[in-house]
Amino acid sequence: MINKFVASPEAALADVPNGATILIHGFGNAGMPAELIDALIAQGARELTIVNNNAGNADTGLAALIGAKRVRKILCSFPRQADSWHFDRLYRAGEIELELVPQGTLAERIRAAGAGIGAFFTPTAYGTKLAEGKETRRIGERDYVLEYPIHADYALIKADRADRWGNLTYRKTARNFGPLMAMAAKCTVVQVRETVELGEIDPEHVVTPGIFVHRIVRVPASLKRAA
Amino acid sequence: MKKLDRKQLAARVARDIPEGAYVNLGIGLPTLVADFLPKGREIILHSENGVLGIGPKPAPGEEDEDLINAGKEPVTLLTGGAYFHHADSFGMIRGRHLDFAVLGAFQVSARGDLANWHTGAPDAIPAVGGAMDLAVGAKKVLVMMEHLTKSGESKIVERCSYPLTAARCVDRIYTDLAVIDVKPDGLHVVDIVDGLDFQELQRLTGVPLKKPLIAA
Repeated sequence: MINKFVASPEAALADVPNGATILIHGFGNAGMPAELIDALIAQGARELTIVNNNAGNADTGLAALIGAKRVRKILCSFPRQADSWHFDRLYRAGEIELELVPQGTLAERIRAAGAGIGAFFTPTAYGTKLAEGKETRRIGERDYVLEYPIHADYALIKADRADRWGNLTYRKTARNFGPLMAMAAKCTVVQVRETVELGEIDPEHVVTPGIFVHRIVRVPASLKRAA
Repeated sequence: MKKLDRKQLAARVARDIPEGAYVNLGIGLPTLVADFLPKGREIILHSENGVLGIGPKPAPGEEDEDLINAGKEPVTLLTGGAYFHHADSFGMIRGRHLDFAVLGAFQVSARGDLANWHTGAPDAIPAVGGAMDLAVGAKKVLVMMEHLTKSGESKIVERCSYPLTAARCVDRIYTDLAVIDVKPDGLHVVDIVDGLDFQELQRLTGVPLKKPLIAA
């Protein structure tokens, strides 16, 4: 019997090694798997490469992971925020490496990894600082930049509902990078608000099919508020 | 001269968005355009974090942390709206499905180059978000900005001194002084605020302008 449910966030992340590349879902706080990140901080893995749209907000979640100096390098599109002080401090001190990637290119590089694509040409960033040193090509009337996939060891995702096969639904704009990141990692770990029986999610409504998901932890919303 | 304030500028942009348009409003000043879209026009707002059909701001207490725009502000969804993941969202952008992107800018060049993501200052932390995708992908790129910097220099320039977001991408510039079309043969003034004449606008602007066909 396939059962991807795991007892706790700690159990779901016990095997993360130092130096791992981890995709962390979320756009700001929408979709950010805060309890999984807390477990990753407690677990202690260091020298991580993190992929997220941002570089953390305030003092919780990704910001706490960065603040705990567990991140060697971050790939993101928009690190600078009014409340990104942990990242700002380490970046200015030269203690964290930044690879700045346009948001659509970030999404597509993650998708490409999950979809078995070797590289792709995108018009975004052609002729700008962010394409310096990259291979380019004129195709038809447009100029394009060659971009490579972002493969990862783990993806940490917050979804809404899951069944034991790993079929997922998301909630509103908290979907953002989830379906892409779930495809792109060797081990996809998901925290959900609710677990349901097989068949309770209408097959027409499955957003991430279970084949992309390896471990599921239930984090009820009430528990989250108490934390 | 009657400079447009932020709200008047937003209203001026909103007036030009037609019925049925799919539009992305950038973070900051462009977001204000949503409040001035003419009633009675069905216009669908896109946000790059994965939503089409953004509605008005939620009432206090009605905010939902899972329903936000690209500026991470709480929003609502219109009946008929949709959610989707980032690859689809940027497919809409890059794939030329959006009719308009309205973006802020540090500088726009005479040939329509846009600089709006980075000042290049040594201590600045760069952040680009979806700006480069929107600039190359939308069918029409509209820029809204103040005409002059705080020290009085024109933000419309011969050549951008800040790092580019994209080359030759801007179609129209809305400032607090004028509306200007970027065309292959140069910058065409569409209209000018009350109390400012073409000669004075030209004097304030760093690059040659072409006169409007009908005086504003």
